[in-house]
Amino acid sequence: MADREYGFRTRAIHAGNIPDQVTGARALPIYQTSAFVFDDTADAAARFALQKYGNIYSRLANPTVAAFEERVASLEGGIGAVATASGLSAQFVTFASLAGTGDHIVASANLYGGSITQLDVTLRRFGVETTFVHSSDPADYAAAITDKTKLVFAETIANPSGEIADIEGLAEVAHAQHLPLIIDSTIATPYLNRPLEWGADVVIHSATKFLGGHGTTLGGVVVEGGRFHWANEHFPKFDEPTPTYGGLNWHGIFGEYAFLTRLRAEQLRDIGPTLAPHSAWLLAQGVETLPFRIQAHVDNARIVAEWLAADPRIEFVNWAGLASHPHHERANKYLPKGPGSVFSFGVRATATQSAREIGQKFIESVDLASHLANIGDAKTLVIHPASTTHAQLTEQQLADAGVLPGLVRLSVGIEDPEDIVYDLDQALSAALKEN
Amino acid sequence: MSAASTLEAQETVSLANGLTCEVPADSPLGKLLKSQRTWVGPNAKERLKILRAAKSIAIVGASPNAARASYFVGTYLLQSSNYRVYFVNPMADEILGHKAYPDLASLPEVPDIVDVFRKGSDIPGVIDEVVAVGAKTIWVQLGIWNQDAAIYGESKGLTVVMDRCIKIEHARFNGGLHLLGFDTGQITSRKTIR
Repeated sequence: MADREYGFRTRAIHAGNIPDQVTGARALPIYQTSAFVFDDTADAAARFALQKYGNIYSRLANPTVAAFEERVASLEGGIGAVATASGLSAQFVTFASLAGTGDHIVASANLYGGSITQLDVTLRRFGVETTFVHSSDPADYAAAITDKTKLVFAETIANPSGEIADIEGLAEVAHAQHLPLIIDSTIATPYLNRPLEWGADVVIHSATKFLGGHGTTLGGVVVEGGRFHWANEHFPKFDEPTPTYGGLNWHGIFGEYAFLTRLRAEQLRDIGPTLAPHSAWLLAQGVETLPFRIQAHVDNARIVAEWLAADPRIEFVNWAGLASHPHHERANKYLPKGPGSVFSFGVRATATQSAREIGQKFIESVDLASHLANIGDAKTLVIHPASTTHAQLTEQQLADAGVLPGLVRLSVGIEDPEDIVYDLDQALSAALKEN
Repeated sequence: MSAASTLEAQETVSLANGLTCEVPADSPLGKLLKSQRTWVGPNAKERLKILRAAKSIAIVGASPNAARASYFVGTYLLQSSNYRVYFVNPMADEILGHKAYPDLASLPEVPDIVDVFRKGSDIPGVIDEVVAVGAKTIWVQLGIWNQDAAIYGESKGLTVVMDRCIKIEHARFNGGLHLLGFDTGQITSRKTIR
């Protein structure tokens, strides 16, 4: 073992995967097994009691999944990670570990739609109330915190607004009330921003997106920094005997490892959204090229965003890398390499066609960009909410939902940038052609 | 992975009058003191060397109570390592099915590492005991900090590790931490037991 802190690119490839002592396999082996044999009854008992480390059953831990977890933890600068079946389940296990009936969450109103419904529909039905903050000002988050609040939740880069979270400011607001700041950093990835370095306590990813990077595999991951004092007045569960584990005290026994150990031993045990070993293998493979892919993504995003911004057929471009974006300065602070490659733009209405019609025809005219509901693929992806996810809404309802009729969401891929621009250009021309 | 006790971790403070007192490690003063630490113990590579070289470990302040951190460490070392493990506790006869010894001097051999679960202000006394039996390394558990004692121990020729869990550190280099998705900081292209 070298006496050296290896760099980001080295860790993206090596962290979590050391050649196996028995077989010498250099690539990460896929441990496609549901369960693991015990040495004897004492061994089994000690594993179940968390007195020793060891695999039991792949719902709780699996060596292939562990490699992916350690790799992401290393890149985020966290003490560890727990992987899950999807980004939404990564969020769910985290919220479920920290909040219960009667508790409260403060979250950004600009979250991904699936996160909004998880909080607004399902967790509300389970008795957890969420206040959505319609601003990115930390003071507005502070004002939403009540004595029932358990956590503050935001995304590094929101879409389609392109809003950038003021992570430092939010951390200050949360920590002033002894609350953790939880950041979804799916669009940023640890290559562009590491929220733990700016004061966040927990980082969540939909690994389906840029970590995996190829649009093949669903997965999620929760990373923790190991600095938040969980055994405070808000989280008595961390500092009292746990009957299902022989009366152990999570904080007392596991110290800085308490949050992640409990997340695995309680939430994966009881809720069960485990990442499959084969999926973990695909995601870990994707992470190996993360720094190169994300650099190519943001390089292409800049070319495409600047081209769109200069085109008279386009009304607006919501990419914080442009000087016109309200969060341009914040993007330069938190994401100096570029604020990701997922953003939206609006097509301009003409005398004869509405923006909604043009948006719909644009989407039906792309020939290289893929029309689908995903982001973070190596391929360029587009979707037009007003004619798909929000098609049933009237123009007024669209406006109320904050979805402009001409808005197109783009996830810029890593194809040749001139080919992406060519495709968007020809689709815009086709969309504007009179029938 | 075990903090000093199920109670709050304590930091030992040396007062101007020469006396010492304990403050909770999580208190504002405890955190301030943590940021002002000047003594630095062995780095990861050095800790690995200590653990690889050792054959025997004595746990001072071992508890027969299954909810205590020392019990977790004891179980782990007995089952997941090849060390000869000794339990030291004058109030206990037996811990984890093994004889409990009243003090270090009663052990059948000089242990390579003395792993300590005692409050910070007790550490200087334990150091004297360690030196008296001729052990070379004192390992003070996670959540216990007494900087003056660390410096004192080194002045007596001991290797001192402090505010580290021997279970976590052993697991870091032997795959246990890795299995649960924790960052081990371990990167190598050599075949390694995990």
